[in-house]
Amino acid sequence: MSEIIIEPVTRIEGHAKITIFLDDAGEVRDAHFHVTQVRGFERIAQGRPVHEMPSLMARICGICPVSHLVASAKACDEVLGVSVPPVAVRLRRVINLAQIVQSHALSFFHLSSPDLLLGFDSDPAARNIVGVAEHAPELARDGIALRKFGQEIIERLGGKRVHPAWVVPGGVSAPLQPDQRDAILATIPDARARAIRALNWFKANLADWAEEAARFGSFPSLYMGLVHETGNAAYSDGELRIVDQRGKRLLDGADPKRYQEYFGESVEPWSYLKSTYYKPMGYPEGIYRVGPLARLNVVDQLGTEAADQELAEYRARLGRYPNSSFHYHWARLIEIVHCIDMVEELLADPGILGSDVRARAAINRTEGVGVSEAPRGTLFHHYKVDQDGIVQWVNLVIATGHNNLAMNRSVAQVAKHYVKGADVREGALNRVEAVIRTYDPCLSCSTHAVGQMPMQVDIVDPDGAVVRRLSRDGG
Amino acid sequence: MSEVRTLVIDGHDVAANSDQTLLSVARENGIAIPTLCHLEGLTDIGACRLCMVEVEGSKKLLPACVTSVQEGMRVTTNSERLLEYRRRVIEMFFLERNHVCAVCVANNSCELQSAARALSLTHFELSPLHPEVEVDATHERFVLDQNRCILCGRCVRVCDEIEGAHVWDIRGRGANARLVSDMGTPWGESTTCTSCGKCVQVCPTGALFEKGRSVAEPKARRPYVPYLVGHHRRA
Repeated sequence: MSEIIIEPVTRIEGHAKITIFLDDAGEVRDAHFHVTQVRGFERIAQGRPVHEMPSLMARICGICPVSHLVASAKACDEVLGVSVPPVAVRLRRVINLAQIVQSHALSFFHLSSPDLLLGFDSDPAARNIVGVAEHAPELARDGIALRKFGQEIIERLGGKRVHPAWVVPGGVSAPLQPDQRDAILATIPDARARAIRALNWFKANLADWAEEAARFGSFPSLYMGLVHETGNAAYSDGELRIVDQRGKRLLDGADPKRYQEYFGESVEPWSYLKSTYYKPMGYPEGIYRVGPLARLNVVDQLGTEAADQELAEYRARLGRYPNSSFHYHWARLIEIVHCIDMVEELLADPGILGSDVRARAAINRTEGVGVSEAPRGTLFHHYKVDQDGIVQWVNLVIATGHNNLAMNRSVAQVAKHYVKGADVREGALNRVEAVIRTYDPCLSCSTHAVGQMPMQVDIVDPDGAVVRRLSRDGG
Repeated sequence: MSEVRTLVIDGHDVAANSDQTLLSVARENGIAIPTLCHLEGLTDIGACRLCMVEVEGSKKLLPACVTSVQEGMRVTTNSERLLEYRRRVIEMFFLERNHVCAVCVANNSCELQSAARALSLTHFELSPLHPEVEVDATHERFVLDQNRCILCGRCVRVCDEIEGAHVWDIRGRGANARLVSDMGTPWGESTTCTSCGKCVQVCPTGALFEKGRSVAEPKARRPYVPYLVGHHRRA
């Protein structure tokens, strides 16, 4: 009886390992996705002035600092008890959309496209973005350009590409200047063309990945995302919707501030990452997914023309509620198109240049909840402060935590199909990692604890002995 | 009564009045000496030790801000020894409290940060103390964050000498020294504070700031403050 360990899991954001448990016959009995790092931001924030929170919380992540900025600033808005000026609400949307584009581009092109383009069984030494650049330079260039597109918008709005301090409690710290708006608008056509090109490449090759699509986390679950009243996708505002695999709405128009009524969190001894579940269904039956796949399942439509055409094709080919996590990739590409469209739509309105962008107030409430859609799913920030605005308590519920149960189930599903005994080929273990990549998990975001452990896969026998360990150096 | 003195600073012959300090003569002659606790118009106290200079005949380094000129002095303001000393002073300021520039209200407008940059302080050799210190946000308009305080005492002096309220003092010694308002009552309960904000204006770091100020937001400039604290003397 044995155990296979993959450590570190590569091409993901953060540090993790996977353990595959084998039975006496060498068949996979179960598998665990362990998050081996701890960050501890819930503790670090205690005792700090609440106005510092957006920037402090943004430091959780270098990939999606903007989602933390937005969720944190919204929690602070509540503490101040202010209505954020409408221009600032829209500007926050723009910067969050820009970040989703760049983060999605990183996930798809840099982290996952090597498997898709070069093959899951290809030489691991070349199975990376450099290998992609050699075989399909245009695809690699599109990925790099789309990241740049998003990062440049963040810089133009926020002053810098990573950890801008521009989103503040009450709004944003400075209005948008006409020359910056024009500069952003000028980059839209190129970004859109690149996103559509990648989408077409993906669709044209979808049949090649039929086997993976059928087994990469293919199971029914619930789906959650933020939705506007119109049924359009929401990323910085909106209300919560949860649907099941047949589209039944278990939760709709729900106030994100009441998240604690909807979600429970469970802790497993083998991971620093908590697993959240939908409370009414209990643990682990209340398994749900967030992020691109889930958002496309919960929304009625995205809300922009080009993206909705793509969404229609996606639904026509995969069904109304696709349930394989492999389709996160396609959903992610469609979202890139949608976010580019939305940036254009928001900036095309001359009102976006308005100068009323910040509401100021003293501390009027001692508690606040903020929510945003991070690239990888719904993100909650919940703070309690004293009457002087000093943070007393913080709870962060992060996209990757929502997906934890689903990631574990997906790893087990892939392992059961591809792994037979301890003598496994590399390509099979790569698929075990690849299913994790579909979720684009951010482990730095999701574990408020400290550590440095690169990815490892363990294959464990029934007596708990590690019979095989696949380990890679960190980095 | 002041008399003329002649001395040599960094090889330059300079003339000064007998009641001048080395710092003021050096600056008059375009010789830069870094300072943190010094502020034109306030009494100098030699607290930060950043303006230390070498004086021929003295084994000890002397703080330029509180050393009077003397006839025939030969002074060096810039040597490898002094640079190393100043770097170490700045390093200890950083390590004695919790200075997290990235999320500090004073980021990019902080005199401690500028001094570190000017002295090319690229890393720390000593270990940080990481003390648990208080943030006093009880005042309606201002916040005192002890994490960022370097005990320069500018706030103490501006409040005492210019505003005449004397809200601030420094209590305790060494690593236990703390800036306190009204003998240790929370700032919001101070009966002497006039809420004039001069202490906030003169704070070189992010220790005293306006409530509601976010990270890296420059402080509001109050054009009258330099006049109050005596910049007009230079004019």
